[in-house]
Amino acid sequence: MDKNKIIELKGISKAFNGEQVLKSVDLDIHDKEFVTFLGPSGCGKTTTLRIIGGFVTPDSGEVLFNGKKVNHVPPYKRPVNTVFQKYALFPHLNVYENVAFGLRLKKMKETEIAAKVAEMLDLVNLRGYEKRSVTLLSGGQQQRVAIARALCNEPKVLLLDEPLGALDLQLRKEMQIELKKIQQRLEITFIYVTHDQEEALTMSDTVVVMNGGEIQQIGTPQDIYNEPINAFVAKFIGESNILPGIMHEDYKVEFAGDNFVCVDKGFRPLEPVDVVIRPEDITICPPSDTVINGLVESVIFKGVHYEIMVRAYSDLWKIHSTKAPEVGSVVGIDFTPEDIHIMRKMENSEDYAALDHLNGEEAGTID
Amino acid sequence: MRKLANRFYMGLVFLFLYIPIFVLIANSFNASKSRTVWTGFTFDWYRKLFHNETILKSLLNTLIIALIASVLATLLGTLAAIGIYNMKKFTRNLVINITYLPIINPEIVTGVSLMLLFVALKIELGYVTLILAHVTFCVPYVILNVLPKLRQMDNNLYEAALDLGCTPPMAFRKVVIPEIMPGIMTGFLMSITYSIDDFVISYFTHGATSQTLPITIFSMTRRKVSPEVNALSALLFVAILVIMIIMNVSEMRKLPSDQRRRAAKAEKKGGRA
Repeated sequence: MDKNKIIELKGISKAFNGEQVLKSVDLDIHDKEFVTFLGPSGCGKTTTLRIIGGFVTPDSGEVLFNGKKVNHVPPYKRPVNTVFQKYALFPHLNVYENVAFGLRLKKMKETEIAAKVAEMLDLVNLRGYEKRSVTLLSGGQQQRVAIARALCNEPKVLLLDEPLGALDLQLRKEMQIELKKIQQRLEITFIYVTHDQEEALTMSDTVVVMNGGEIQQIGTPQDIYNEPINAFVAKFIGESNILPGIMHEDYKVEFAGDNFVCVDKGFRPLEPVDVVIRPEDITICPPSDTVINGLVESVIFKGVHYEIMVRAYSDLWKIHSTKAPEVGSVVGIDFTPEDIHIMRKMENSEDYAALDHLNGEEAGTID
Repeated sequence: MRKLANRFYMGLVFLFLYIPIFVLIANSFNASKSRTVWTGFTFDWYRKLFHNETILKSLLNTLIIALIASVLATLLGTLAAIGIYNMKKFTRNLVINITYLPIINPEIVTGVSLMLLFVALKIELGYVTLILAHVTFCVPYVILNVLPKLRQMDNNLYEAALDLGCTPPMAFRKVVIPEIMPGIMTGFLMSITYSIDDFVISYFTHGATSQTLPITIFSMTRRKVSPEVNALSALLFVAILVIMIIMNVSEMRKLPSDQRRRAAKAEKKGGRA
């Protein structure tokens, strides 16, 4: 057994009221790793977290902590602590007593408790708030108390269930950096649940992309972004152009009405594939310089770049560029072989349904 | 002008509501036995009242029964509320409606049916039957006060307690109970007032030696209304008034923190926008 593995999930399935929420999930989580479960709502990420926390018992499969099966070990006997989505601070206790809650249960000496609470409040920058009522704190401060309270028990693994969901954007970004710092300083494992892909890419060592109760891809943020394994991951992580294609042979793919050289291999001859090209990887050039030409349909200023929609035959391309072509003009679309990502078609029709849903949401934001 | 008329009307309403009580209280200090002639101020009736063995005995009965019945009703009602809260929706609604029954049921029906039940079970009418009867009509008030507190509680609180190392009974004691305590206290105080107050149900379920105050008063007035009864009623009125004031003041004290909580929430929303 790999000594480094702290938590293993083996073939975990769970159904609620006949609805399959998790379908045979396999996952290893390593010591001192920052792991993020990323996926749309209802993908099973929170259920997976709750299974690790001990609040939900899986229908089948094994949960192992350090190689020992813990399926039926109750939450209060697991070496993990949780930061809940809505903080779940105890309203009848002040900040100090909230943080000290776990320590009091351990019957620690008052002086030790005071020292530990002070250390934790320092860690989350809340020194001087000891006597405050938790109900009078702002959302960000409540979040910090929740983190201090969970860390006070010195868990080997900290579970965080969309902890920043209720905070405003600015505060969320600050807390992301702070959480990452805390994790590195304490050298413990963080398991973080979010539906925010940017959050996942910013903080994680490993991202676990989930959809429909299944793990789609596990990898570093770079892997997930640059080499998405299927159209769902590509679409969920950042923006993408996804086109149907056919893999003729290794390093040769046909899509958008032409053959292109690519860097992918290992597909069956003539295997249908999804081709992903990121909007920021596409360059706009004079029409004569390239094989794909199209009509500029719209140009939207996005701050850092323009979002340009170009219609070429039946395909609509999304391009990010700092230069804006004129609407109605004909432009060329250019990319290098490295920019072409080839993915196997998803087997599951449900995944495509989820994908359509994501597309729909995006269309909504463009309006 | 219109405002004046409104106030006058409201004044009239309160006058009609409270004049009988004030007449009674005034009469309890009237030196004359007559209810229509004022002959001077006196504490005699109060003095006599506190030398009346029957009344003192029944006062003691009332207080003991109110206390025991309320404690039992609070325990039962709180546990019941937690059970009801964790039921599936259909059974929950069903059980809540059943718990309403003792409240909407005419007291005389409850009283008679309880008496018949005790007789059928061959339980001698006395303290036990009185306490059982009082628990029966007090439990719904506790349930109806505790349930909303459970609904307001964040579900994750219990899980958070488990997460931090509490066993389920500890989590319940350290987190759930303090959260629903205001509801439990209100239920308890309401039980006490209803228990002290109750006449109809007690009338059918008391024994020869277990008369409560309202029953004693009733039997005293059957002969002739003695001014002692005025004094006693005045004391009862004041006692209930004090409990009501305590209840309301404690509610009011909790209010500011709730308001502050709401204000903090509003601020958060503003910040997000």
